[in-house]
Amino acid sequence: MKDFPKKNIVILGNGISGITAARHLRKRTDRPITIISEEHPYFFSRTALMYVYMGHMPFEATQPYENDFWKKNNLNCIQARVKNINGRKKYLEFKNGETMSFDVLIIASGSKPNQLSCPGNDLNGVHGMYHKQDLDRLESLSHSIKSAVIVGGGLIGIELAEMLHSRGKKVTLIVRENSFWNRVLPDAESKMINSHIEAHGIRLLLETELKAIIPSEQGGVKEVITNKGEVIPCEYIGSTIGVSPNVDFLKDSGIALGRGVLVNSFLETNLPDIYAIGDCAEQTQPQKNRRPIEAVWYTGKIMGETLANTLCGKRKEYLPNHWFNSAKFFDIEYQTYGRVEADPDPKEQKQFYWQHQNKNQLLRLSYHPETEILQGVNVMGIRMRHKIFEQWLDQNKTLEEVVDRLQEAYFDPEFSKNPIAKIKADFAIIKQ
Amino acid sequence: MVNKKSLSQNTALLLGFLGLLLWSSSFWIEYQNKTLMLSIGFLMMSIGVIGYSYSLYFTSLAGIRNNGVWFSSLVSRSIWGWLLGLVLTGFYVLLYFYPEFLGYNEAGKSSGLVAFFDPLSVLLNGKPATQWFLYGTVYTLAIILFGIKFIFKYRNNRYQVFRTISVIFFQLGFAFLIPEILSKLNQDLPYFSKDLKNMWPLNYYFFEDWHFNNMLNGGNLGLFILIFGLLMMFVISPILTYFFGKRWYCSWVCGCGGLAETAGDPFRQLSSKKISVWKFERWMIHVVLVFIFITTIAVIWTYLGSETSGETLTRKYFANVIIGFLILLILVILVWGRKELNKDAVNTIISIATILIFVIIWQSKWNQENLMFVDSYSLRKWYGFGVGAAFSGVLGVGFYPILGSRVWCRFGCPMAAILGLQQRLLSRFRITTNGGQCISCGNCSSYCEMGIDVRSYAQNEENIVRSSCVGCGICATVCPRGVLKLENVSSKNRY
Repeated sequence: MKDFPKKNIVILGNGISGITAARHLRKRTDRPITIISEEHPYFFSRTALMYVYMGHMPFEATQPYENDFWKKNNLNCIQARVKNINGRKKYLEFKNGETMSFDVLIIASGSKPNQLSCPGNDLNGVHGMYHKQDLDRLESLSHSIKSAVIVGGGLIGIELAEMLHSRGKKVTLIVRENSFWNRVLPDAESKMINSHIEAHGIRLLLETELKAIIPSEQGGVKEVITNKGEVIPCEYIGSTIGVSPNVDFLKDSGIALGRGVLVNSFLETNLPDIYAIGDCAEQTQPQKNRRPIEAVWYTGKIMGETLANTLCGKRKEYLPNHWFNSAKFFDIEYQTYGRVEADPDPKEQKQFYWQHQNKNQLLRLSYHPETEILQGVNVMGIRMRHKIFEQWLDQNKTLEEVVDRLQEAYFDPEFSKNPIAKIKADFAIIKQ
Repeated sequence: MVNKKSLSQNTALLLGFLGLLLWSSSFWIEYQNKTLMLSIGFLMMSIGVIGYSYSLYFTSLAGIRNNGVWFSSLVSRSIWGWLLGLVLTGFYVLLYFYPEFLGYNEAGKSSGLVAFFDPLSVLLNGKPATQWFLYGTVYTLAIILFGIKFIFKYRNNRYQVFRTISVIFFQLGFAFLIPEILSKLNQDLPYFSKDLKNMWPLNYYFFEDWHFNNMLNGGNLGLFILIFGLLMMFVISPILTYFFGKRWYCSWVCGCGGLAETAGDPFRQLSSKKISVWKFERWMIHVVLVFIFITTIAVIWTYLGSETSGETLTRKYFANVIIGFLILLILVILVWGRKELNKDAVNTIISIATILIFVIIWQSKWNQENLMFVDSYSLRKWYGFGVGAAFSGVLGVGFYPILGSRVWCRFGCPMAAILGLQQRLLSRFRITTNGGQCISCGNCSSYCEMGIDVRSYAQNEENIVRSSCVGCGICATVCPRGVLKLENVSSKNRY
């Protein structure tokens, strides 16, 4: 058992949450910090893995810090698999049998892709796209892939479709819902993406599910059968039906688990000195209008910073400000600030929506039906300033004022064709 | 690994290469009808490049298409990249140091590749071609054709489109056609630079005695060029840089930048983003700046001592001007720079300026012949060889496929150093980061031709205010989350 002279901090996972915590801790304390990851010894941007497969960047370019950064900052990075944790006796056990004690443990073990449930889901050629190992596997299979089927109408699904498409594979995207990502995106946004997916030459099958995967003679994939009876030949199946907290290894740790690691608003687990942040954390009392598990980059970052504060003596509650997120669906950029419901309750939320006649540009402002106070914004193909919208949401600005001052938030590159005059004109017509 | 090229792409490529081959063949073959061959080659290359670009980019929707960049041997520092680097470097070595191999004959009639361009040269400037006319033609053609390719590639972004039209316009008009035509109209005047946008210190010989005399003896045109050159340096450039950052020059007007942005675009990702390289860059580019500054004042100093200089400007007067300028520089650095620049930079600038002041005072007191105790002729010879030719040409362009497209601009260009210093301290320009939206993907850093680690700022929600940024805007263009925007509206929070 390794012992440390000073109270040591062990961080499980070197994704954005764990690394943000580590960096902020290191700014304020010289306590020993160890970061453990099975995936890769150093931090890389998971969201950029797609660009490695597409040939936009070499893998090294996904690493925001040079490799000697960690040593220089006295952050001890270990690549190993943790098999089990003893939360009460405060040590963890590695796969190879070694153990390590800790004084403070931060669990930032992230997510794991959900598995398909149909027969054939364990075949070689059926994979998620989450870990670096998934990328490596896809790369090693790539030369033999002519056609690919991707299951799941979410962010990773469409990114995987773009990846394979960029390498000349024939791609079919299978979505259970009747429109792409429409649990999150309102109808117009979702439809815009549907047609954009098809414009790129991707086959999009809505309201479709996989019934079975038929193996090839070599033990790989030969074809899939959908619930509508269609047979689609393919050599690769991307399973992108969502992610779940990666917490299986904690079953016998004594740490309370729900779907993820249960934490209070201070990111504390049921055991002292053990915390959880990022995708793997499940809030027992989430804030109003927020979900208990929010597996996105930004919340992970905020949790990491919040916890670093707490551990340095300034106990801080995790109070994420207004929700925000962004994505890029092939060529259409999407940003959202605040709360825009896909299917709003008319008593809770009304929406003003504008769409460009022939370009992929859209703006949707949501507001309270009575007070007309701004609740959120969706933009497609237009860039908007995060800080300005955050201010407007904080200051309870009304819809009318927001439309009036929209130019202040406009963030498109110089010389772009500015849609705001049109938006205002349409708004004026609707108001009358 | 590379996506297969389509038939139309291959046909276009073949046509373009045959055109290039036709031009190159004049190296060995003396064509009877040069005008015809020149035109056929030009057409073949144009159709080749434009046709290839069209079928490359218009077969898919508008958007960022850097697919397969790192799988391509030509642009990922693999065998084809090295070979291309070798060929380009070889061409530059011949051009600068052995033009006779290209057919140039100083004493009489040229032959070979240089003479091949005679018809065009006679048409434009009334004289047979020199190696520099050959170079200018090829250079301009490269900017036009690859500029069109660039516009196709980034047609979804109007900033990129406008900027590229601008560099094509300035290269074709200001650097190529206007100077040639002015030469034709003023055949009896001695040579001086007629490229209005090519100012000191990028045009390092502007203040050299021969150039100075030629401008003075160059009639109205010469005088205009002299006055406009001074205006550019001391008035126009500082004003534009204040409002727009150095991009108004480096990525909208400059010819070196123009080539880097167009023909060099496929290589932009090869610039190193290492912190160590950034440190080296800061030393290197400022060493060149000090070198050209000293060379220039030494040359003027020598000139003022000679008989041709007349009585209006004396060494003593010149010394006072330079000392005044250096004191002003120290004050500016102390006032604006102390907070913004790192301590080493402030100390270095102040020490060098102080040393210069003392040396100039000492030497002007004794009216010594050689400022800095070095013969100004050997200084300028070394600058011309080391920086003007070897660095900006051989290394700057020859090494595109190895070190990226902005090697010269990043490590060697004294003009970029001056504009950069101003951009850092006295300009509105910055790249704004959009709140917390950065996902650290690294596209911005990867495609920064100047080797700026843009991501390191964006992920910390900091604005990017860097002296080396040429404002090409590619970081903001390739960002998949809409995080970056080039801005120059007035703001209290520039940093």
